Amino acid sequence: MNKTVNIETNDPKTSISNGVPKDRKVRTQRMRKIIKHWQLYILLAPAIIYFLVFKYYPMYGVQIAFKNFRAVDGILGNEWVGFDHFTRFFESYYFWDLMWNTLSINLYQLLLFPVSIIVALSLNELRDGKFKKTAQTITYAPHFISVVVFVGMLIAFLDPATGIINHFIQLLGFEPIDFMTSPAWFKTIFVFSGEWQNLGWGAIIYLAALAGIDPQLHEAAKVDGATRWQRIWHINLPGIMPTIIILLILNMGNFMSVGFEKILLMQNPLNLEASQVIQTYVYDIGLLNGQFSYSTAVGLFNSVINFIILIVFNRLARKTGTSLW
Amino acid sequence: MKIKPKKSSKIMETKSDRMFDITNKILVWFFIIIIMYPLIYIVSASISNPSFVNSGEMWLFPKDITFEGFQRVFESKDIWIGYRNTIFYTLLGTFINLAVTLPCAYALSRTELVGKGVIMGMLIFTMFFDGGLVPTYLLVRDLGMVNTIWAMVIPSAASVWNIIVTMTFFKVTIPRGLEEAAEVDGASVFRTFFQIVLPLSAPIIAVMALFYGVGHWNQYFGALIYLTDRELFPLQLILREILIQQEIATEIMMQGGNIEAIGEQARIASIVKYAVMIVSAAPLLIAYPFLQRFFLKGVMIGSVKG
Repeated sequence: MNKTVNIETNDPKTSISNGVPKDRKVRTQRMRKIIKHWQLYILLAPAIIYFLVFKYYPMYGVQIAFKNFRAVDGILGNEWVGFDHFTRFFESYYFWDLMWNTLSINLYQLLLFPVSIIVALSLNELRDGKFKKTAQTITYAPHFISVVVFVGMLIAFLDPATGIINHFIQLLGFEPIDFMTSPAWFKTIFVFSGEWQNLGWGAIIYLAALAGIDPQLHEAAKVDGATRWQRIWHINLPGIMPTIIILLILNMGNFMSVGFEKILLMQNPLNLEASQVIQTYVYDIGLLNGQFSYSTAVGLFNSVINFIILIVFNRLARKTGTSLW
Repeated sequence: MKIKPKKSSKIMETKSDRMFDITNKILVWFFIIIIMYPLIYIVSASISNPSFVNSGEMWLFPKDITFEGFQRVFESKDIWIGYRNTIFYTLLGTFINLAVTLPCAYALSRTELVGKGVIMGMLIFTMFFDGGLVPTYLLVRDLGMVNTIWAMVIPSAASVWNIIVTMTFFKVTIPRGLEEAAEVDGASVFRTFFQIVLPLSAPIIAVMALFYGVGHWNQYFGALIYLTDRELFPLQLILREILIQQEIATEIMMQGGNIEAIGEQARIASIVKYAVMIVSAAPLLIAYPFLQRFFLKGVMIGSVKG
């Protein structure tokens, strides 16, 4: 009884002075709006339920990272162990290997970020419309190859005895290389093959941005005697800069997770020292070995790092005037 | 007489510009060749005598043409089951995706929606933070979906990115006046959505069906963690066995009898490998040139928002 009274008087929004308070008026208007368009909320419902159940409930389930999870007790019914699983992970001898692999693969990939920009700028300069269209169709195509088939292609092409790449290498007078089982080659193969698959697709968004550049800028530059190259450098590139920054940030948002399904397929016991990243490790110990709590802790660590990178990067980008939020 | 503006601009072209054009064309051709070569190679390898393929004598055009690879692939029960399952998951999954995405995106596109900011925030947050593999797996298991078709279609029922793209489409292309007029005439939100907005939205429905459809067709990881029953395996899991784990089902080997020699096994493995790549990618690659404009449209709409 006492409690409810307290809440009433302490809440400024519901405190009544003279007449109808403004907040309440706004609120009833809102309520009326909601009631009038209640069907909008029915349309939203399936998606909201989906996201609550399949995205937010697992976030709640993440608490098993701080427990010793046993299936019989369910998510809620185990004793807390604090940061035990995290400390165990940080102190394990493969921790730095996993960190290094995860970070270096992604940094490596970031180095090739400009390739799609170059492809877009280059396609954009083609005068022959038909050729341009054909070139686009061809460069986008690999994007649709499934990751399983794609890794299958890599294994077939890079085979030391029968692969076409090694036939070329031998033709040039070198010894064949067993690429897929070599830790030294793993990251290069992963990153460059990924670039092959997505260089065209990645260019689409830049092409769209290029199409939006005011043609008058180009006309004016032409009158002033700018060469094609100068116009690309001083008009096209600055014109798509906001798009580049946004894509970079979005890339950063997935920094710790890029390409994990592909890495999993490319892994074998011999290249594991270079190919084990945090996410594949989570799959290994969590789903294959059933260490649910420990692997959840490792996964959570990964997500948190990822999130921090995103926030830091977005803040940096804000200084250039373009950011996600 | 007509004056072609193209010609006059050509006169103005300087030598350096022409050099630029040539260099640029060479660059584009470089990209085209890099991308085309592996694709052509696979097609050629799938219909060539595998001993020429393995020795490197076949490096561009098919040599000693044979269709044995395709024959073995088509006679394999596993492949057919995988194909059937994949088609089923793709159709059902895409249907569910659309049933969740379209209404949600439409509601979000309406200015009358109270609390839009909160809902958008809730959706976008999931793009950058998630509960992780194990909690999600445990959830799907607790829901009793493991080893059922539902594990293949429900956990991936919607993508935030696609919802945003669809929402942008509704905002940009459906005139507000149309909805207002319908509602002044007494149409409910449901009626406006189903009878007025959806019929005008064929392009975005096509785009979304394609985006989601390709995702289902190519997906393997969900199946890997949620399915153990071979009868439910999608094509990609069967392909994983053949291409990655290099386990060619004995059933494929046995066709035609005599397989004692290891050399013969390697020969079959080789020819089946390339044929199976073609068979799995064929529906997409055949449809792709015709559907390309829809994909592009989807990416373009997305970039308007981005």
